[in-house]
Amino acid sequence: MDVYLPIANLAVNGFVIVGLGALTGVLSGMFGVGGGFLTTPLLIFYGVPPTVAAASAASQVTGASVSGALAHARRGGIDYHIGAVLVVGGVIGTGLGALLFRLLQALGQIDTAINLLYVIMLGSIGSLMAVESIGAVRARRTGRAQPARRRRHHPLVASLPLRWRFYRSGLYISPLAPLLLGMFTGILTMLMGIGGGFILVPAMLYILGMGVNVVVGTSLFQILFVTMATTMMHALTTRAVDLVLASLLLVGSVLGAQLGAGLAQKAKPDVLRLVLALIVLGVALRMALGLGWRPDEIFTVVSL
Amino acid sequence: MIRRAALLPAALMLGAAHPEKAGPLVLVPEVSQHEIRVEQGFTGADLLLYGAILTPEGQPVAGDYDVVVVVEGPPRAVVVREKRQVAGMWINAASSSFRSAPGFYAVASSRPVAGIVDSRTAAIYELGLDWLQLSPIGSIDPARQQRFARGLVDHMQRMGLYHEDPRAVSISHQVLYQARITLPSSVPIGDYTAETFAISKGRVLASGLTRIRVDKQGFARFIADRAEHAGLAYGLCAVALSIAMGWIAGRLFARV
Repeated sequence: MDVYLPIANLAVNGFVIVGLGALTGVLSGMFGVGGGFLTTPLLIFYGVPPTVAAASAASQVTGASVSGALAHARRGGIDYHIGAVLVVGGVIGTGLGALLFRLLQALGQIDTAINLLYVIMLGSIGSLMAVESIGAVRARRTGRAQPARRRRHHPLVASLPLRWRFYRSGLYISPLAPLLLGMFTGILTMLMGIGGGFILVPAMLYILGMGVNVVVGTSLFQILFVTMATTMMHALTTRAVDLVLASLLLVGSVLGAQLGAGLAQKAKPDVLRLVLALIVLGVALRMALGLGWRPDEIFTVVSL
Repeated sequence: MIRRAALLPAALMLGAAHPEKAGPLVLVPEVSQHEIRVEQGFTGADLLLYGAILTPEGQPVAGDYDVVVVVEGPPRAVVVREKRQVAGMWINAASSSFRSAPGFYAVASSRPVAGIVDSRTAAIYELGLDWLQLSPIGSIDPARQQRFARGLVDHMQRMGLYHEDPRAVSISHQVLYQARITLPSSVPIGDYTAETFAISKGRVLASGLTRIRVDKQGFARFIADRAEHAGLAYGLCAVALSIAMGWIAGRLFARV
């Protein structure tokens, strides 16, 4: 099935794109991540221009997070109060991201910056997840219970001025902390085409010290709105959102998400986390090799 | 001169294409498609360039000659960036700009161009990737310019947008020639020219020009047009689409 992508200016095999969407959909169903971290690089390997890939992957993440966010909303798993602060930060972040994108593009360093961000972010988060999940799997095998982590926010967060009460999360912290976190992920969303769930969730748990029962729902809530803002930002500035590409990805991902959710119920959660960690590390490694190895193409050409 | 290709009798009467390089031959070029429609399902196009070469009396040409066909896409200004290894990473370290790099460039000939004309003539008529006039901006160091020009050509060749095929033109009965040139799906849209040269003993005896327009049509054009001129509505549409699809899938899933 040949499909012409009118913004990417390229003919692609539609089944490959739907399959790619399905693959990330399975991941999002299984792990509750948007899967943007996999879609964007795979689209780039397939020949889609990086900007178009990042812009179109953002709308796929929106689609993937809608049903999850709704499900969590129904069972009260969203702290709207802290969620709103995160969204405000996220929207500011996408604006900053757009400026940064333009600056790096003018300098000719946007591709390197995106690659480096992937290596650093995915590499560090993937390693942390791998270590943690290997520990969990071992503990389960030997039958020894893991020591429960004492829930507490990071000392840096406690040092910020101005404190608000976030009842559902059980927190009394400065709103600047979630605002800055939201901004940070907003910038990443704009630059990398990711939702940022795999950064938000651990940051909410270990830096803000939020309750486990509201972390995933609130992160989906933030991702939903921030990816919407990112899509709008791209539509208005880079004009790189390819509706045809996004639709194909969406069809695949919403179908894949159902399959993934079914699989997730059969697997053990610590094994699931280990698998996700390995996938994340794999992508980071591929990106690192891309930076370190002599590329096939020393020269690249961009329109002025 | 622009309409020459379309007006066949006029072309016959006028004789060779360029008065300043008028040879004794008449060249009538034609192309299988004057308009290439880039629409949904477009995977590239095969252009057939054909025509006749005759003496002014309408007789086949007596001696041997070669034919070179050059198809050139719309020129654009580009930046060429060169990667170097810095601190273990390959990053863009140097760049050079060119004012007019064609978005598409293909040369088809009846045998390798180097055997048909000398380098001076090849440079004048831009017959081949080595002779493209890219109009560099800024840098005046010729070695550096050449390195970046090579890099540009190499990149475009990998993208399938520049190519040379020294066997793609066939000549039958000393009168008719035909050449096939493939355009990939990623061809830039715009106005293309196809110029045909009849060359003998290193001299251009006749040349003729036809024009081809590559344009987005139908749905592809609609989408590209909306994205460019109605960013707000387009973005809202993309957001609405993704929410609707995610929501519908969620509802369907919840029912099962």
